[in-house]
This record gives sequence, structure tokens and C-alpha cells, in this order.
Amino acid sequence: MADAVLFEFLHTEMVAELWAQGPDPGPGGRKMNLSVLEGMGFRVGQALGERLPQETLAFREELDVLRFLCRDLWVAVFQKQMDGQRTHHQGTYVLQDSSFPLLVPMASGLQYLEEAPKFLAFTCGLLRGTLSTLGIESSVTASTAALPTCKFQVVIQQP
Amino acid sequence: MSRPAQRRPEYHKINRDLFVLTYGALVAQLCKDYEKDEDVNQYLDKMGYGIGTRLVEDFLARSCVGRCHSYSEIADIIAQVAFKMYLGITPSVTCNNSSRNEFSLILDKNPLVEFVEELPAGRSSLCYCNLLCGIIRGALEMVHLAADVTFLQDRLKGDSVTEIGITFLKKLDEKKYRRKK
Repeated sequence: MADAVLFEFLHTEMVAELWAQGPDPGPGGRKMNLSVLEGMGFRVGQALGERLPQETLAFREELDVLRFLCRDLWVAVFQKQMDGQRTHHQGTYVLQDSSFPLLVPMASGLQYLEEAPKFLAFTCGLLRGTLSTLGIESSVTASTAALPTCKFQVVIQQP
Repeated sequence: MSRPAQRRPEYHKINRDLFVLTYGALVAQLCKDYEKDEDVNQYLDKMGYGIGTRLVEDFLARSCVGRCHSYSEIADIIAQVAFKMYLGITPSVTCNNSSRNEFSLILDKNPLVEFVEELPAGRSSLCYCNLLCGIIRGALEMVHLAADVTFLQDRLKGDSVTEIGITFLKKLDEKKYRRKK
């Protein structure tokens, strides 16, 4: 779908440029740049959340919200569903995508594993932002063992 | 029942919104990082250029356009095929000079600014959509056409329309870039 391609190219360019801006390639600088991308994803996630159909906002349980992220949000944003969702313990969920569209063009396997976090930061923010609009504060991190599979860990802050 | 093609219309809109919203977040971030409008404009153009050099392959694969024989054909294709394909709009094309190498794309609607009411305070020289100029420039260069692409008018700056000017410069040396089909 042409729209998705534009977003994918824009995302790739953002990762390349906002990463290059870092003044200090050490661990401190690295964190800062990922937080820039994550922050942008958060803003977009919030705005997307506000545009969702009204009925999606009436979730009864946390699990419904997570299912919504894995199915409806993922389809709206990436034209596919996530593959799996597990609950680790109360408030912590792991969402898995075995073929994450923003990682697919990069490589498969272990090549570029180090670069992968840069390509996941925006989406982590996106998830966090959408949850925020649904009234849920959370922290979202992502990891990948081999491209293009990745896991998003959502930790819901208890009030 | 759950085939993506039958996805509810709201979700299709979300997909388009994603690009527009992400672009807005990008411009906001660049405004934070750069004080001068010219720097933001340049950065957007540079990023657009990078996108354009890759987008053109995607475009050629999807559209199967044939070889063009004039600049005016190319301008038409950019407006009627490319813009339609990626942004869902069809700017009108005018030719601005008798040598037929300067063209304008007039954008009646511009989805990129759907959520933008006005330029931020103190940013009156910001070319909000400058990414588009870079994209066009980068794409053209990949098919051996050098061009200057700038905004001639901008509704966000108070003009009545948004107008992108494309000036085709001399053709790049084809021999250098000839690739086997």
C-alpha cells in the first residue's frame, strides 16, 4: 500500500538522521537519541489514539486493550496483526511480531542486530502514546534476537 | 471476514494519518533542534532527497510508466501519477516558460498540512512541506534529470495557493549512469 511505503521511508530517514545528530556516540548519547525517536512516536501514538473509533475507547479490561494493540492498532498501522501476546505477570505483557515491517527491509538473521533498537524506538513510543490516550500509563521497550522478529514489552504502571 | 481489504474505513484513514502525523512530529523536532528556518528547510530538503532516491524505484515498480520524451510529460506524471499514488491528490501542472523546462505544480489540497492551522510563532519562513521538494529532486536525479525544486507559493504563509516550482536543468550525462536493464 503506497501510504505505508511513504511512512516506512520517512521512518528510515528519521532513524538515520536523528541518530547522526547525536553529539556523543557513547552510551549517554545513544540513549538520548533513542529517546528523541521514542518521544516522537509517543506524540504520534497519542494523536492516533485520539482518532480511533469511539467504541474502542470503552475497554473493560487490560487484556482487551492489549488485544486491541496486537490486532486492530497493528493492522491499522502495519497492515498485519502481531503474532502473539503473553502475560508475564500482572501488568507486564510481551507482544511478539515475527515479521515486523520496519525491520523486514533491513535484513534477516543476526546481521544489523546492533542497529535494530534504533528502528524500534519510534514504535515503542507509538504504543506508549496510544495507551496514554486510552488512559493507561506504561513503559514500552523492545528487543530483537534475530531480525525481523521482535518483542515489545509493555509494563503497565499501576495507579 | 478479517481480510485486510475489508478493513473498516476508519483504519484506512489511520494509515494515511500515520505518515502525516509522523511528518508533523518530525518538523516539530527539527524546529526544536534548529533555530533558523533556513536550517530546518534545508534539513527537510535533505531528508526528502534521501527518501526520493529510494522512492523512485518503488514508484517505477508500481506504476510501470514508459520512457518520457519531454519535461512536460514528466511533470504530468509527477502530478497525475506519483502524487496521486502516494498522497491521494492530483496537483495541476502549468508550464512557466517558452523553453518548456520550468513547471509549476499547484496543490489545491495538501494532506501534509491537514492538522496544521498555521505556522508556529516566529517561524514565518518555514517551508513546512519542504520534504516534498527534496523527494522530487532526489527521484528525478535517480533517473538522470537534474532539477531545482522549490516552493514558489505556500498557503501556510498566506498565499492563495501552494505552488511547487520544478526547473529542469541540463540532462545529466547518461553514459555515466547507464545500467543494464
